[in-house]
Amino acid sequence: MKTYYDPEDLKKFGNISDFQPELGKKFFDYYGSVFADGALTKREKSIIALAVAHAIQCPYCIDAYTEDAMERGYDEEQMMEAVHVAGAIRGGASLVHGVQMMNKYKDLSM
Amino acid sequence: MAVLTHKSLAAQDHELSESDKQLKLLHEAGLTPFQDKLTDSGLFPLKPVELDIFQINMGKMCNQVCKHCHVDAGPDRKEIMTRETMLECLDAIDKTNCSTVDLTGGAPEMNPDFRWFVEQLSAKGKHIIVRCNLTIIVANKKYNDLPEFYKKHNIEVVSSLPYFSSTKTDAQRGDGVFEQSIRALKMLNAVGYGVEGSGLTLNLVYNPSGAFLPPDQSELAGTFHSKLKDRYDVVFNDLFAITNIPISRYLQYLVASGNYEGYMEKLVNAYNPVAAANVMCRNTLSIGWDGYIYDCDFNQMLDLKVAAKGQHLSDFNATELQERSIIVNQHCYGCTAGAGSSCGGTTT
Repeated sequence: MKTYYDPEDLKKFGNISDFQPELGKKFFDYYGSVFADGALTKREKSIIALAVAHAIQCPYCIDAYTEDAMERGYDEEQMMEAVHVAGAIRGGASLVHGVQMMNKYKDLSM
Repeated sequence: MAVLTHKSLAAQDHELSESDKQLKLLHEAGLTPFQDKLTDSGLFPLKPVELDIFQINMGKMCNQVCKHCHVDAGPDRKEIMTRETMLECLDAIDKTNCSTVDLTGGAPEMNPDFRWFVEQLSAKGKHIIVRCNLTIIVANKKYNDLPEFYKKHNIEVVSSLPYFSSTKTDAQRGDGVFEQSIRALKMLNAVGYGVEGSGLTLNLVYNPSGAFLPPDQSELAGTFHSKLKDRYDVVFNDLFAITNIPISRYLQYLVASGNYEGYMEKLVNAYNPVAAANVMCRNTLSIGWDGYIYDCDFNQMLDLKVAAKGQHLSDFNATELQERSIIVNQHCYGCTAGAGSSCGGTTT
């Protein structure tokens, strides 16, 4: 069955450099630096990445950072809490626009 | 007793209970031969360093049937070391300068001559390690005094606890195992094991409950220390993070869950030459329940006997064994992935 997303494509991520080596290299160097230990540890960055993966609904990122989080010692409860953080931010982002709706509603009302 | 939900592969007459079928499957994956990786690292043929550890498998009988068990141990396994073979072990040990004797199984304590054997080893002044599955201590009244017995002989106790919660532990080791393990840990703590200043060492072993590599050992140890103390008032010394080796029941799990190819690729991609140089088979000999000699417990389960004329304790020749080449195969990728893996945890 043909689908837009193929889990095997994740392994080919590096191939994006084939069509534009210079920018590809810059991106992967940057990516490596971002996920290195810094003011935040690799482990902390892993759970942030897992939450963001859900916020942006990237299936490749969800696969990659679920595995990464498990290999960094997170358990299912912690990982689901991270997903809820993404859900809360996304839900909040919709709901906070409710204030805009209310403002407009009031503008148009007597 | 822990509730048993599985039989051994041998009792099921499963094809992966046969070592040649396991080796065939490992080769069919079409991955770079481990031997080639070692050659690239300048380590092939892999040679021993000075022998330090005798690891003795006292039998395949166990009160648990863990999903990842590389021994395929369980209550239905009747292979057990006799006192005669233990005497051969003692003779062989006398012919070497090894400092440590590491007793494993199955549950080594289920061997009727376990205590007698420990007493003989203790009299020789050897450092003794017992790989205790914890639940055996509470499985039957006759085992309840094991903590006192371990203490008497200053045994280092090494026990598996894959997580500080019941969900992951029971999923891997059987229903009810976590609760019984905590009870047993408290009994060990009560006689001083794991308690600072007691001199009695209690180390825990973490291995992943699934098809992934272990986390950083030191980070994980910190979490285990705080969670076990806060939740259960349990203390211990070190945590060993061990990689699951793709043989026996763990191999069967990988195949059945569709994770086999992905896991093998992960191991190969994570090959670390530094870990390869430090593999435990270089300073260890592994003895089977029937007295045959192997490079490690994994080779033992794959029936890959040492490459020497004397392959049995009855023909033990320390000099010849020291000059042998260690037998490697595709499962060896498990010990060389990432930070490396041994019975004492990471190797880098």
